[in-house]
Amino acid sequence: MSEAMLSVKDLSVSYGSIHAVKNISFEVKEGEIVTLIGANGAGKSTTLNAIARLLPASGEILFHGSSLMHVPGHSVVKKGLAMVPEGRRIFLRMSVEENLEMGAYISSRTEVKEQMEDVFRRFPRLLERREQTAGTLSGGEQQMLAMGRALMSKPKLLMMDEPSMGLAPILVEQIFGIIRELNAAGTTILLVEQNAQAALSVADRAYVMETGRIVMSGAANELLASPAVKKAYLGG
Amino acid sequence: MIEFIKTLISGLGLGSIYALIALGYTMVYGIAKMLNFAHGDVIMVGAYAGIVAFTSAGLPPVFTVFLSVLACTLLGITIEHFAYKPLRGASSLSVLITAIGMSYLLQNLALMIFGSQQKAYPQYIKLGQVSIGPVTVDGITLLTLGVTACIMVGMSLFINRTKLGKAMRAVAEDRGAAELMGISVDRTIALTFAIGSALAAVASMCYGLTYVYIKPTTGAMPGIKAFTAAVFGGIGSLPGAMLGGIALGVIEQMAKTYISPLWADAIVFAVLVLVLVVRPTGLLGKEIQEKV
Repeated sequence: MSEAMLSVKDLSVSYGSIHAVKNISFEVKEGEIVTLIGANGAGKSTTLNAIARLLPASGEILFHGSSLMHVPGHSVVKKGLAMVPEGRRIFLRMSVEENLEMGAYISSRTEVKEQMEDVFRRFPRLLERREQTAGTLSGGEQQMLAMGRALMSKPKLLMMDEPSMGLAPILVEQIFGIIRELNAAGTTILLVEQNAQAALSVADRAYVMETGRIVMSGAANELLASPAVKKAYLGG
Repeated sequence: MIEFIKTLISGLGLGSIYALIALGYTMVYGIAKMLNFAHGDVIMVGAYAGIVAFTSAGLPPVFTVFLSVLACTLLGITIEHFAYKPLRGASSLSVLITAIGMSYLLQNLALMIFGSQQKAYPQYIKLGQVSIGPVTVDGITLLTLGVTACIMVGMSLFINRTKLGKAMRAVAEDRGAAELMGISVDRTIALTFAIGSALAAVASMCYGLTYVYIKPTTGAMPGIKAFTAAVFGGIGSLPGAMLGGIALGVIEQMAKTYISPLWADAIVFAVLVLVLVVRPTGLLGKEIQEKV
């Protein structure tokens, strides 16, 4: 067993008096695709936002063995951790190219160029729309831009929050194909999904969340076959 | 015809001053999401800094301008750090009231230090009258126009082409996402205040050289007018602030010349109300719809 790349211990997050995440612990090892699945409001996105240091949290988050708890939000990306946030949150008033530049905000000019070529190779549609304002892209293109933007910083761990949300089935398939490719190219992935079927079929391991707690965990193919998971998340 | 051109040019000059101030208002609104009602008073401080540097300390004009810009920039950063930054998570009403309080604090500090008597802004740049064909205009008005034009071009290039400028636009759109990119929101907001206040210092120079007399409440009226200009153009939009400022200045001077000086302000604000009724987002403001 290799050392965990990301290890979360007793993480708790509250919004005022609402305890959204309650003492959860899990880990992601290098090279894995790990998914957090669960219903709406289970605390999955909150968990990702806490790891990205966008929300105050208690407990411990170790990335490559060093704590992120005192790292300011804007320094997390320097550690090699990037996130594709829920709802994409690309910069709608900026061009496709500018969005990508922002993704590599911490990188030097030559790195930006190299990475951008890399992203364009992976997402040729973005190259075609390079000068266009991001707000004019279709939903699927916006999701690709959000992923491309996160890849600009060459993350070791990529966190993705509901990448399939609101997309047509054919696009969902495409997005999950890209997730597999990225993983094969060496990026470790932590995926949050409501589409449990798709997430479990791409992931190595999974954690099931319910009202702020992890209620089940295991290999993705086992969970996919588990009657309990089937009943609760896979529609029978 | 000659009178019309003269009025137009002086309107452009006044509008330039409004535009410079409006830029600060609109940038801070766009990026920090707050109305900095103390912004007008930063101009007053800049003007007093000019008086102290030139009249009291006898510094040469270049240093006077430099010192005034430096004083305003530091003041802007200080105000943001001590008054607004601690309220980042607070309701926008608390921030607004703090800004109004800051405005009165600056006015009263100036009253304590410099007294209520108006003081003359040193006329360290003398350009006299310039004749262009049959039209005679103040040299200072032309200088104001030139300086403002340069600043507008410079600001557009900065915001659209440079890495820092793009980061400012990113923060304006989505703070959380900008943070994820590695952009420090705190530092970006501080920079915004610094730039806005530096522009206010330039506005104070143009104002002082044109209107000469400075008192502690000098910044209040141009501040409100510039805020109006920013809303008029579409608050949050840089070209909007520029256009709004210029338009406001021209309308005000035209109203003074052709209708009545007494009615000028009423007409300016009536035009604002009219524009907002027709276009609630201002002349250049726009809503972008999110796609699913």
